[in-house]
Amino acid sequence: MSNTAEIIEPRGGKREVLESVVVRFAGDSGDGMQLTGSQFTHSTALTGNDLATFPDFPAEIRAPAGTTFGVSAFQINFGGREILTAGDQPDVLVAMNPAALKVNLDGLRDGGLVIVDAGTFKDRDLRKAGYDSNPLEDGSLDGYEVIEIDVSRLVLEAVKEFGLGNKDGLRCKNMWLLGLIYWLYGRDRQPSIDWLEDKFKSKPETAAANIAALNAGHAYGETVELPGEILGYQVPQAKIEPGRYRNVAGAEALAWGLVAGAQLAELPMFFGSYPITPASSLLHTLSRLKQFGITTFQAEDEIAAVCSAIGASYAGQLGITSSSGPGIALKTEAIGLAIMVELPLVVVNSQRAGPSTGMPTKTEQSDLYQAVYGRNADSPLVVVAAHGPGDCFDAAIEACRLAVKFMTPVMLLTDGYIANAAEPWQIPDFSTYEKFPVKFHEKAEGFSPYLRDKETLARAWAVPGTPELMHRIGGIEKDYDSGHISYDAMNHQRMTDVRHDKIARVADFIPEQALEQGEADDDLVIIGWGSTFGAISRAVSNMREQGYKVAHAHLRHIWPLPRNLGDLLRGFDKVICPELNTGQLSTVLRAEYVLDVEPLTKVQGQPFKIREIEAAIRRALDGEGA
Amino acid sequence: MNEQTAIKLTPKDFATDQEVRWCPGCGDYAILKGVQKALADIGTPREKTVFVSGIGCAARFPYYIETYGFHTIHGRAPAFATGIKLSNPELDVWIVSGDGDALSIGGNHVMHMLRRNVDVNFLLFNNEIYGLTKGQASPTSRLGTRSPSTPAGSIDAPLSACVMALGVGARFVARGIDRGQKELPGILQQAHAHKGTSFVEILQNCIVYNDEVFGDITDKAIAGDAQIHVRHGEPLLFGKDNDKGLRLDPKTLKLSVAELGKDGVTEDDILVHDQTNHMLAQMLAAMDRPDFPVAIGVLYDNPADKTYDAAVSEQLQVAKSSAKINSIEELLNSGSTWTV
Ligand SMILES: Cc1ncc(C[n+]2csc(CCOP(=O)(O)OP(=O)(O)O)c2C)c(N)n1
Ligand code: SF4
Repeated sequence: MSNTAEIIEPRGGKREVLESVVVRFAGDSGDGMQLTGSQFTHSTALTGNDLATFPDFPAEIRAPAGTTFGVSAFQINFGGREILTAGDQPDVLVAMNPAALKVNLDGLRDGGLVIVDAGTFKDRDLRKAGYDSNPLEDGSLDGYEVIEIDVSRLVLEAVKEFGLGNKDGLRCKNMWLLGLIYWLYGRDRQPSIDWLEDKFKSKPETAAANIAALNAGHAYGETVELPGEILGYQVPQAKIEPGRYRNVAGAEALAWGLVAGAQLAELPMFFGSYPITPASSLLHTLSRLKQFGITTFQAEDEIAAVCSAIGASYAGQLGITSSSGPGIALKTEAIGLAIMVELPLVVVNSQRAGPSTGMPTKTEQSDLYQAVYGRNADSPLVVVAAHGPGDCFDAAIEACRLAVKFMTPVMLLTDGYIANAAEPWQIPDFSTYEKFPVKFHEKAEGFSPYLRDKETLARAWAVPGTPELMHRIGGIEKDYDSGHISYDAMNHQRMTDVRHDKIARVADFIPEQALEQGEADDDLVIIGWGSTFGAISRAVSNMREQGYKVAHAHLRHIWPLPRNLGDLLRGFDKVICPELNTGQLSTVLRAEYVLDVEPLTKVQGQPFKIREIEAAIRRALDGEGA
Repeated sequence: MNEQTAIKLTPKDFATDQEVRWCPGCGDYAILKGVQKALADIGTPREKTVFVSGIGCAARFPYYIETYGFHTIHGRAPAFATGIKLSNPELDVWIVSGDGDALSIGGNHVMHMLRRNVDVNFLLFNNEIYGLTKGQASPTSRLGTRSPSTPAGSIDAPLSACVMALGVGARFVARGIDRGQKELPGILQQAHAHKGTSFVEILQNCIVYNDEVFGDITDKAIAGDAQIHVRHGEPLLFGKDNDKGLRLDPKTLKLSVAELGKDGVTEDDILVHDQTNHMLAQMLAAMDRPDFPVAIGVLYDNPADKTYDAAVSEQLQVAKSSAKINSIEELLNSGSTWTV
């Protein structure tokens, strides 16, 4: 680690050393909490801590200032050990106003640190946030360490010389508080200063004011005696595997993975999509990557989006579409057509909470049934899931690989949490990735549109423009041999069987299920998929440290399931499946293996806490009454 | 649209080995014949031609034409065709749709294909009824149409396909008739020659569920007075003896029918068809019986500077030539990174 911040020992005292810390920044949607959070994330990564973040957006784009439903938050967990989740409970809450305090105080650990801008705790602000009395005065913060600072006043003073009005001056409040937090954890301000200079290149006075605010917040920490004799903290560097790193958000890594997948397949990519939270960021990212031979098409709706992508696959590109649950529902009929005509297609589902509109900005894993079963008739496809921001890269490549190898739609599951969360990511060496180049069928001899590969049962991919191979495909059932329309009873049986067998065969071309932790003869296995990876992984390792014989298996391939999965699970006395839904993977596993899988479910729009999973492990292994 | 091939194709070269399964006497047969003739005349190699369709009787078309073909889902053919054309602009893409397919379930997609101006040819077989699902009223069915779903007569105001197309920005709009074998291939050729979406409505008789719904236009005895065949640069004359014409009243901005030789009307008083005049095209498209003849031919042909697919290709080229990041390695290592 090159540029570790110089640790200044403040006022003769020593910084307290902490293994890991969870900080939550909360404020109005207009307060710049996400920016503050990402700046802190960046400097934390540079300091050599491992970390995980959780941006928590309000549903409203810009709710009235000071209201509880307009509160936006950003949580980061960082430490000197491996960090896998954004943290169960914040140790520190930075609240920009009473509403932010009101919404977030409950989650704070007992005795945790609250930093508030006291300048916003006036009658009107308190009333807007729904407080009857001032929490800074009525004793409601008694169980916490509290730092009250009139940041509003201090920041205006700090930026006075730049001639900003009150409103613009107060916009720098987030930088002031960031400066204070930088001091608290001994962080280097320079990367943020560089970033501000770059961001406000065309408005140098705005850049200067923000930098002044950042410095003023930092200086405040250094000079003013904080309550509780807080002298700042030091979080040691984590043991991190050597390599080159960057921060990456899930949506970004997913976009790059799709670009990489198309390149490994040696195909141009066509991406048809329609905006929906939290899937839109994929469209935004890919739209800026056209130099890789990517056509992005913002269609008139989700149906047109998927249809255009299937059209592109028909014409010889790699067709990809993306949406969230409600949009995937609209795409369903067309996905059925892609299954019927056996064309490659990647369908990305960034899951969100609830049926219908539900809670668009909150996370959930409740589209698993939709992915595996959610179409009319017998219409199997391949389902894979990403388990974290960086992992999206490999999951996307795997989706592309299976789509072209088997001439099938592949559903790639991610979720709002993964899409928005960022983590340090070891940049992979792309030259080590195995190519899977597509060869279109060009031989006229013996050609029929549903000519199959003996091994994979994938049909021949012959694209328009190929001489001598003119043919027609469509959604109507076709004759197994000639590909012509057929209503023959036994032919339909055979075609249904071959579509089923083809997907089942995918299991021969994916890795067998391995354990993330533990041994095949442990007492209990926790089986998970998707974004619960971090919480499960940490819970299992904590419990193993305490001597519990618990293992962790995490699924990349949800359909078809890995060949050895049934036997693997049967080796344990107990199987627990934590999911952010009402037990969907549990049902699938029970149905497939006739196995007693115990669901552990949560649908609150929030990720699992580590201790919720630890408690389930304890309950299962300590027996009743434990 | 595409380079012409040296090999001379005949209409027969465009017939598949599939038995055509429309009801005997269905107007679709005549349209199939007209399209096969037009394709032979156009001469694009068969392997570079793609027919895309949705669902309906009309949408079975691709199975009967010896090119590439994709029979997709109800109403969505324009979206599939857009993906196909953007992926391979070299292809000559044709869409076949029915009035239900194009204007009910697929209305949205038709509208957006037209406003984007994707370089494809869209053929709307309008029989003013749902054929494949056994005769329910469609968005073009006339008021009072009795059908299994409207036993007391349809009360939905019908939609004019050509007026709709012009309204959403189509730059080529034409109308033909299944029986009009003389002019149909020519209309199709002109549609094909147009760069951008060409929208062709073809009045088609459904002998089973809506027989002779266009009788008041097509009956030999009255056809001369009921149809006007519009040709760019020629006066808008019609009638058995070409003795009637269309005039514009500049005060009311309305068309009227005038008889040559009556009240001193001469050919000089008659409007001359200008296929690049959007206002005129809208008035011609809206003309309906019994007060006016129905306009047949190319109502509007006014290509834009650029088609959608050309603009998409252009953006791709610009991105390729100006991008700073050109490999996956560069992409992954872009932004700020650090080494442990
Ligand atoms: C999603 C969906 N809804 C409904 C249908 C049933 N359907 C098939 S064709 C059709 C209407 C066809 O009418 P039109 O487009 O006018 O074509 P025609 O059969 O008259 O040529 C309908 C409603 C379907 N196939 N798919
Ligand atoms: S039902 Fe009508 S449109 Fe369909 S094939 Fe028969 S005649 Fe033609």
